[in-house]
Amino acid sequence: MSNPNHGPDAYLREEMLPEMPPPARETGMVKWLHENLFSGPVNAGLTVLGLLIVWFLFDHFYPWFAHSVWNASSLPECRKIIAETWGEGAGGACFAVIRERWNQYIYGFYPPGLYWRPTLVFGLLFVALAPILFSISRNIRRIVLMTAAIATLLSLVALNTPSIWLGVAVAIFAVALLVAERHQMWLLGFSAFYPLLGVWLIWGGSFWWIIMILAGMGFGWLAFIIAGRLSPLLAGSSAIVVTLLVWVFLSGDAAKDAENLYSLAITRVDSEAIGGFLLAITIGVAGITMSLPLGIVLALARRSDMFLVSSLAVIFIEFIRGVPLITLLFVAQLLLNYFLPPGTSFDIVLRVIIMVTLFAAAYMAEVIRGGLAALPAGQYEAADALGLDYWKAQRLIVLPQALKISIPGIVSTFIGMFKDTTLVAFVGLYEPLKNISDAVRANIEWKGIYWEPFIFVGAIFFIICFSMSRYSMYLERRLQRDNR
Amino acid sequence: MTEVPLGAEQPFRLSMLVYDRRYRSMTFQVIVFILVMALGWWLVNNTIRNLAALGKDFNFGFLFQRAGYDIPQRLIPYSSDDTHLRATIVGLLNTILISFMGCVAATILGVAIGIARLSHNWLFARLMAIYVEVFRNIPLLLWILIIYAIFTDVLPPPNAYRGDDPQWSMIFFDQVALTNRYTAVPAFGMSNDPGTIDLGARITVNLALIAFLVVIIGGWIARRAILARAQAIQDRTGHRPVTWWINLAVMTVPSVLLIWYFGLHLLAPELKGFNFSGGNNLNNALVVLWLALTLYTGAFIAEIVRGGVLAVSKGQTEAAFALGLRPKATMNLVILPQALRVIIPPLISQYLNLTKNSSLAIAVGYMDLRGTLGGTTQNQTGRELESIVLMMLIYLVLSLIISAGMNAFNRSVRLKER
Repeated sequence: MSNPNHGPDAYLREEMLPEMPPPARETGMVKWLHENLFSGPVNAGLTVLGLLIVWFLFDHFYPWFAHSVWNASSLPECRKIIAETWGEGAGGACFAVIRERWNQYIYGFYPPGLYWRPTLVFGLLFVALAPILFSISRNIRRIVLMTAAIATLLSLVALNTPSIWLGVAVAIFAVALLVAERHQMWLLGFSAFYPLLGVWLIWGGSFWWIIMILAGMGFGWLAFIIAGRLSPLLAGSSAIVVTLLVWVFLSGDAAKDAENLYSLAITRVDSEAIGGFLLAITIGVAGITMSLPLGIVLALARRSDMFLVSSLAVIFIEFIRGVPLITLLFVAQLLLNYFLPPGTSFDIVLRVIIMVTLFAAAYMAEVIRGGLAALPAGQYEAADALGLDYWKAQRLIVLPQALKISIPGIVSTFIGMFKDTTLVAFVGLYEPLKNISDAVRANIEWKGIYWEPFIFVGAIFFIICFSMSRYSMYLERRLQRDNR
Repeated sequence: MTEVPLGAEQPFRLSMLVYDRRYRSMTFQVIVFILVMALGWWLVNNTIRNLAALGKDFNFGFLFQRAGYDIPQRLIPYSSDDTHLRATIVGLLNTILISFMGCVAATILGVAIGIARLSHNWLFARLMAIYVEVFRNIPLLLWILIIYAIFTDVLPPPNAYRGDDPQWSMIFFDQVALTNRYTAVPAFGMSNDPGTIDLGARITVNLALIAFLVVIIGGWIARRAILARAQAIQDRTGHRPVTWWINLAVMTVPSVLLIWYFGLHLLAPELKGFNFSGGNNLNNALVVLWLALTLYTGAFIAEIVRGGVLAVSKGQTEAAFALGLRPKATMNLVILPQALRVIIPPLISQYLNLTKNSSLAIAVGYMDLRGTLGGTTQNQTGRELESIVLMMLIYLVLSLIISAGMNAFNRSVRLKER
């Protein structure tokens, strides 16, 4: 330490040196290159290897993409156009098949005149999802709803939708946009109604069925109110019993009679006609929405103190997780007729949805069980200390935290399930990847076209699955409450 | 603490079955039991009635009838005159074969990619990230179909390898030929073949294989013993004897001697006439399925490995360096043991997934358990109930065995809590 009273020491510098620019190796591009690509021989080798891979991919695939043809009606015509434009022997993609067979890839063998129905259902999916997935930010909600509304309405116009349904679509979107501004939770009502609406619009039939199903729930609710005066436990069970009784014994006949009295039917569409991405998304969305609650119940059952309940849950979960999905699909296709009363036959798509749901629910249960186990025991004890009963403790304290911990696992289960929808090809359903592409190739015009359909279908699966995983990362960040 | 004998002196009332927590769970379980029994009875009763209506019964006698179909890829001798039971076993062995090959290759690929993704090299890490995301987000079925299309459409027939200036040339030092009908790989040959022993049921095992297995397992046990002795000496005297060359010798010398004794060599496939011979002509269905399962599962394993290494906090590395450990010792003694604990449980489920996904063999016609018992046998005999139930049980047992084995391994590397 120099003492200012004694004057400056000779070896101390009086004034600052002028600032020098950093050495060339330590700034900008050069520094970045040196640090990230050429910091040592191994690193440099890896860089060269990486460049070789990139060059290989570019060299092999770029010309093929660059020479792609989007406008042709058959593969030979495609090849002729490529040969004329780029010279004999040039390779090129023929994406014209996507353009030509677009409707088949999206709707399968759905009647062309009715394409607007699944389109409307798909558009309304975003309205139903808005209060669930985009509840945090009003801006994002606005963007999602606006985009969905505009895209859906434009497609509906292009698909020659009857004007009355166009009006209904406009009304739903307009109301949804307005409601989403201030009271987005009201939209949850639409989300609850959406599955029924979607099923009705896709499969068609009489609207009275939907009304009767809702009526059954209404009776159940009445029973809940009335029995609730006597005892809360009785209320729940009587609601369930009454609803089931109404559905089993009353709804069917009532719907038929009402339909005869005043028809509210739209054209029925067979399950075999449903294919393409319509089928994949239908199975995926239905499986996702049903497997999460079922998985939660299974996870709670497996952790239950009741021996019988937990062992039943263990047997169910381990059995489902121990067999391939494809065997379960075979059960749905071949064996379900044995297990049901003689003479019953029900829809193959529904059977597949049930199996896919059970399959995903078993995996979901394990993911959620992990989340439950990761929760500190203090949380359970605190809930008990507050005097909460089992369901209140689960609903208010345990599940919100456990589900938050398990978000990554839950979403990967969803992604896995959506990818697994391709397996329904093996029970004869027209999913886009295999059976639709085979159907396209079965035609003489597109015989021998492999890569373009694969790339198209793969790209759509990639977009959907990748956005799901990005969304889960976003959700994790938004829900993070601790500052780790 | 004062004891409050709640309810102890209250007489039992019926409503306590519902309102008293001690009895409520019993009530609930009794209800669940009755419901499950009723459901089970309903299903069994329906099945009996349906079977009776179809004039069928539930019996596994068909397993002993003549199968009458051929299986191109098999590990044990099989002909179409054999029983359905033997076909089922051939299929099960094929499932085990593809699962084992897939698990080994996917682990190697996944570890390599996972570590490459952690590399400081910007370009290489990005490329690996793209690989992982692309393979994880696209269905396995698509990869199987794409690789199958490459094998059937892009690869040439065997005679493209013919001539002085062939259109295609063999890869891996002229050892492997890819064709659209099969993949020709080298086979093992022995100039001093010790012959085979018969295990019964027309299953034979070469004595040389048994000799190699004995030598490798023996070498491994000897290595454990040497390491334990070295540890004991270190504990006693503080000096650890140098063991690496003894270990190396114990592990390799007997095998080398056996190779020399049996005259083991590779027989490269050669084009003779229209086909390759001399080597092994692998069924393309097997190769396609193996590649697809490896590439797909490898992407998942890469993420598991990366997550495991990232889960070891940086402080551990720094502490190891502070203790004066070198980077290699740090990796072996500090990072890997901790990362393994994170890696192994999800790795087990990836192995299980791969085994179950091998049933996608249906897409390429590889005759695995589903292809034999759940496919041709089921179709031919019309015994779908028995076949599918039996197939599911076999898959279940297979999964349980894999997870039991891997869980035992997991316990051995788990943190020993004191």
